[in-house]
Amino acid sequence: MPHVTMEVNGKAVKVDVAPSALLVEVLRRDLALTGTHVGCDTSQCGACVVHMNGASVKSCTVLAMQANGAKIVTIEGLSQGTNMHPVQAAFKEAHGLQCGFCTPGMVMSSADLLARNPNPSETEIRSWLKGNICRCTGYHNIVKAIQIAADTMSKKAAAE
Amino acid sequence: MYSFDYHRPGSVADVAKALLANPEARLLAGGQTLIPTLKQRLAQPAAVIDLGGIADLKMIKRDGATLVIGAMATHDMVARSADVKAAIPALAALAGGIGDPQVRNVGTIGGSVANNDPAADYPAAVLALGATVVTNKRQIVADQFFAGMFSTVLDAGEIITALHFPVPKKAAYAKFEQRASRYALVGAFVADTGAGVRCAITGCGAGGVFRSAEIEAALAKMFAADALKGVKISVANIMGDIHGSAEYRAAMVPVIAARAVAMAV
Ligand SMILES: Cc1cc2nc3c(=O)[nH]c(=O)nc-3n(C[C@H](O)[C@H](O)[C@H](O)COP(=O)(O)OP(=O)(O)OC[C@H]3O[C@@H](n4cnc5c(N)ncnc54)[C@H](O)[C@@H]3O)c2cc1C
Ligand code: FES
Ligand code: FES
Repeated sequence: MPHVTMEVNGKAVKVDVAPSALLVEVLRRDLALTGTHVGCDTSQCGACVVHMNGASVKSCTVLAMQANGAKIVTIEGLSQGTNMHPVQAAFKEAHGLQCGFCTPGMVMSSADLLARNPNPSETEIRSWLKGNICRCTGYHNIVKAIQIAADTMSKKAAAE
Repeated sequence: MYSFDYHRPGSVADVAKALLANPEARLLAGGQTLIPTLKQRLAQPAAVIDLGGIADLKMIKRDGATLVIGAMATHDMVARSADVKAAIPALAALAGGIGDPQVRNVGTIGGSVANNDPAADYPAAVLALGATVVTNKRQIVADQFFAGMFSTVLDAGEIITALHFPVPKKAAYAKFEQRASRYALVGAFVADTGAGVRCAITGCGAGGVFRSAEIEAALAKMFAADALKGVKISVANIMGDIHGSAEYRAAMVPVIAARAVAMAV
């Protein structure tokens, strides 16, 4: 069986995979990183979003083999130890989740947005979230959370 | 998914060799169309040949009056490229409006053009700008490239390596999108090329992307949104589905084209 070598959340991993295995299957099944969810398995919902070489991708629509040599960050790798990432903290503060199923993908997607655009407008935030579907919140508090995170992160950057 | 072999050659020549050895193989670019197709078993290739290992295909450069975009340039790269924004801002805007950010981070121009989905955005740009599709075997002008829904003149085993876009005087793309799928119900790309006005319509052609003679004739007289008032599009070659009837879409074609003309820079 072929294998993939990746860096996942800062750790080098080597996994035997079938060529047809999806990245999300390897993360959840082989690496037990079950924070990445599968909502639709048809590239629509964004519950499976992770970062691949710094960019957000739908891990249900990437073959594990395509990630060979890549740096992957999942929701489990976003915090610094017990310190939540500002996006995670803001989702908690603004009540940006209800059932939480979409949240890992929402957080990973938002973190990619803020890395590119530290000060997005509400329209830019809503447009960025096109690939992330939430059946609970109605999005208002998710947008608020991202605005809070943007604020915290720019204040932190200014202080540094 | 059912099983297949996977190859990731490092050069176009090696891809061509791998295709010869595996005639049943499919090329994999960003996978945003192919992987869902494999999951649904709408395609069952014995092997998948990934173009992701070929750095040369992931480039964008301005070459005089031509914008050269490598087949593996992602939608996101095109949307953010300073060269594309300077040469053909309409193309950068089109790429930035495809699907969602995660699709744009991996989906490629080569994959989109090869796939020729009747509702895809890039085919409209390729046809309206009179681009040339460069493959490992030949150069194909846009007017001869698209061959009906999900179909092109590419031979089995032919690999798109780049697209050459002549830089127009003015161009714009307007997309009336289906709110759930993000694909175009009607998309219009208009270009004042210097050698005449061209307008390509996507989203609604019964045979996929097409040039609208009615709109081109009206814009040739005057390149202005007002020139499209009263222009009628025959429903004969327009498709309808649950998202919009053929009559509705035909009526929207001049409206969306007029929006594009109004935006053209
Ligand atoms: C949720 C979602 C929303 C989307 N919304 C839009 C939208 O609004 N507008 C739009 O235009 N598209 C949309 N798409 C499609 C997207 O743009 C795809 O990225 C694109 O259609 C295919 O590109 P790819 O690189 O992913 O190709 P792949 O899926 O890897 O390949 C597609 C096909 O092209 C062939 N191929 C790939 N590269 C080459 C090459 N270099 N030479 C020859 N053949 C090749 C493959 O063999 C395959 O048959 C959407 C997709 C998703 C999942
Ligand atoms: S599970 Fe990947 S997009 Fe829904
Ligand atoms: S919080 Fe339940 S789906 Fe978003």
